[in-house]
Amino acid sequence: MRKNLNVIAAYSIMMVFILMVGIFQSWNIALSIFNLCLISAVMTMGANIQWGYAGLINFGIMGYTALGGLAAVLISVDPVQEAWRAGGFDILMALWLIVVMVLVIRFILKRFEKSKIRTYSIAAIIISGILLIRFSAEPGIEAIEAVDPAKTGFLGGFGLPIIFSWIVGALFAGGLAFIVGKVALGLRADYLAIATLLISEIVIAIIKHEDWLTRGVKNVIGLKRPAPYEVDLQTTDWFIKLVEKFHSGKLSLIENLADRQAALNQLVIEGSSVFVKLCYSGLFLVVVIILLILTQKALYSPWGRMMRAIRDNEEAANAMGKNVVKQHLLIFILGSAIVGIAGAMLVTQDGLFTPGSYRPMRYTFLIWVMVIIGGSGNNFGAILGGFVVWFLWIEAAPISLFLINFFTAGIPETNALKAHLIESVPYFRFLMMGLGLLFIMRYRPKGILPEKIEIK
Amino acid sequence: MDFVNAIILLLNYIFIPALTYGSQLALGAIFVTLIYGILRFANFATGDMMSFGTMMTILFTWYFQSLGVSLGVLPTALLAIPFGIIFMILYMLLIDKFVFKYYRNQKSPPVQFAMVSIGVMFVTQALVRIIIGPTDRRFFDGEKFIIKAREFKEMTGLNEGLALKSTQVLTIFVTIVLVSLLFWFLNKTKTGKSMKAYSDNEDLALLSGIDPKKIVLVTWVIAGILATIGGALYGLDKSFKPFTYFNNMLPIFAAAIVGGIGNPFGAFLGGYVIAFSEILLTYAYKKFFMYVLPESMEPDSLVQLLSTDYKFAVSFSILVIVLIYRPSGIFKGKVL
Repeated sequence: MRKNLNVIAAYSIMMVFILMVGIFQSWNIALSIFNLCLISAVMTMGANIQWGYAGLINFGIMGYTALGGLAAVLISVDPVQEAWRAGGFDILMALWLIVVMVLVIRFILKRFEKSKIRTYSIAAIIISGILLIRFSAEPGIEAIEAVDPAKTGFLGGFGLPIIFSWIVGALFAGGLAFIVGKVALGLRADYLAIATLLISEIVIAIIKHEDWLTRGVKNVIGLKRPAPYEVDLQTTDWFIKLVEKFHSGKLSLIENLADRQAALNQLVIEGSSVFVKLCYSGLFLVVVIILLILTQKALYSPWGRMMRAIRDNEEAANAMGKNVVKQHLLIFILGSAIVGIAGAMLVTQDGLFTPGSYRPMRYTFLIWVMVIIGGSGNNFGAILGGFVVWFLWIEAAPISLFLINFFTAGIPETNALKAHLIESVPYFRFLMMGLGLLFIMRYRPKGILPEKIEIK
Repeated sequence: MDFVNAIILLLNYIFIPALTYGSQLALGAIFVTLIYGILRFANFATGDMMSFGTMMTILFTWYFQSLGVSLGVLPTALLAIPFGIIFMILYMLLIDKFVFKYYRNQKSPPVQFAMVSIGVMFVTQALVRIIIGPTDRRFFDGEKFIIKAREFKEMTGLNEGLALKSTQVLTIFVTIVLVSLLFWFLNKTKTGKSMKAYSDNEDLALLSGIDPKKIVLVTWVIAGILATIGGALYGLDKSFKPFTYFNNMLPIFAAAIVGGIGNPFGAFLGGYVIAFSEILLTYAYKKFFMYVLPESMEPDSLVQLLSTDYKFAVSFSILVIVLIYRPSGIFKGKVL
């Protein structure tokens, strides 16, 4: 108990802050912050596995998040039959061509010795393959995108419950991580960072512009939900009764029957959105707890010890007979898969998929700030980092508005500088994150909750 | 005649824009490569530092415009650039003193430096957005075109027009002057040579009496000049928007690495490699073939290898390929 005191204290303080938002602002805001904190926590756990356990730097978090989101779309949206009829065959042909291309390249790689001719022929196959696919699939793609472009214009998905996408998102992200890892993991740390960052940009470019698959910047809206809809709840008897019971004290103070009914209606509307958010919180909490248990188990298992050994001294671990390359690839895939789950969760919560909103600041660098501030190598630290940083990210604007008003209290409202500062309040969050990161790196380089190695 | 038309077409839509864009990238790439070679870290704040320098230039441009000072046909920004450079260098030295110096003395691994530079990136981005706002700004004034497309057509009697913007000529001219000065400085002067020595082998350089403080100072000064001029030229040619500058960091990194990181000349050429491949691969060649081929063989489609949406993806793919097959870059920089 004693040795975990700082963990308990840190989490309690965090919870108090969120509760304070609930009391002073509204429960709706508090819960939406809490839900996104949970999603951020999943992302930081993924990044922490790679960085904290193995020392691998992955600046491609945005790409895996977006792939998770894409999984949510492909799983939950109903298939667009007309689009399949219009261009499904061409798309399947293109897929088939890709498979053939990969097989041919594999065959060449296996069959022939490494030589210049082999390299050039592989390059030629790839280039001609891309051209072939591009020109053969073009009519199909155009046909698909022409099918009712205002509403669909894409192939749609499988029409399954969206919860499945959390697993599929993990598979997608893991698959991409396998390819990226095979290609880039041999690079030195800062080059790995740049390479993963650029690859994630390529992934986003593809998701943004391949309209037949993702609807691109036209966005996919109205995804199915794992939670009930507010409108349905507001007309459900048991829910109204629940709200009535919950607020019975407050309601009984109102004498007039009509007023009481109006007050109840208002409470039901508010309550329904809180209830939906609570449902999400429950689902997300389950994921976070399962992942936390698994990652903790992994951290203290022989495998976790091996990963730390590889991280701290690659050559020594290699000399002891550990397969460093294989383990790096494995942990790269695992971490990315967890980020993929988070991406799917995010889209599930929002109910919409907006490829244009994936930006490296928000989905890569912010997550890294979370990991570093929370404490890399420590799962509790990483989760806490997710909570603290997301909380500040959202509450930065009100806090800085308060500070500006406080320090410029003597200056009249019409002052140009004051007006300008108040206008640029949203950007103070960047300043806060940057300063937070710099201070933590300088004065507490292991984060708020540092890594603890227990030898049992 | 058709052949001349085709050449003019390529000049107008590929060669001149790519040369301009390449020059802007090249300046940024030399900045990245110098920081990498001498201070030994990948600076993720590159794009935002460039936007900071550009912002200072814009503020001074506005100030001069309000005073009524102008350079006639040339943009006022040229007058403001020196002041922008001074503030940029001051900002960089401030950052170095309070942030990077500590880690340099600690001999921290490059990864930690990269992480710290992300902190700097956040702070710089916030400062730029707080001071000048996130919106699109144009600060170009003076004569816009040197040759207008219509005038060119009348002059030569060709079907294709050739438009030459003054910012394009300015960019290319300034880049050539600046880069030649820089290479003269690095190769001929004592300070420049000692910088190269420091980059090659730090311990040996220190043993032979090179003052590391001076090297760091000079590096930041050169970096400040490159960042401000590169950023301002990009802003003059296109427009200034903090978010675009942040995004430009990626092709700039690509250029620096493709050219061989730590090698300024490689970075210079890398900028053009990236720019030309981006534009060559995403240009629709239909009109070109219409001029060159006989009428019966004219293509129906746009003859575009990749849609322009994938402009960035092209440079990133080149980078990834280079990283895998020739990690030291095309022109041999440091081995990673």
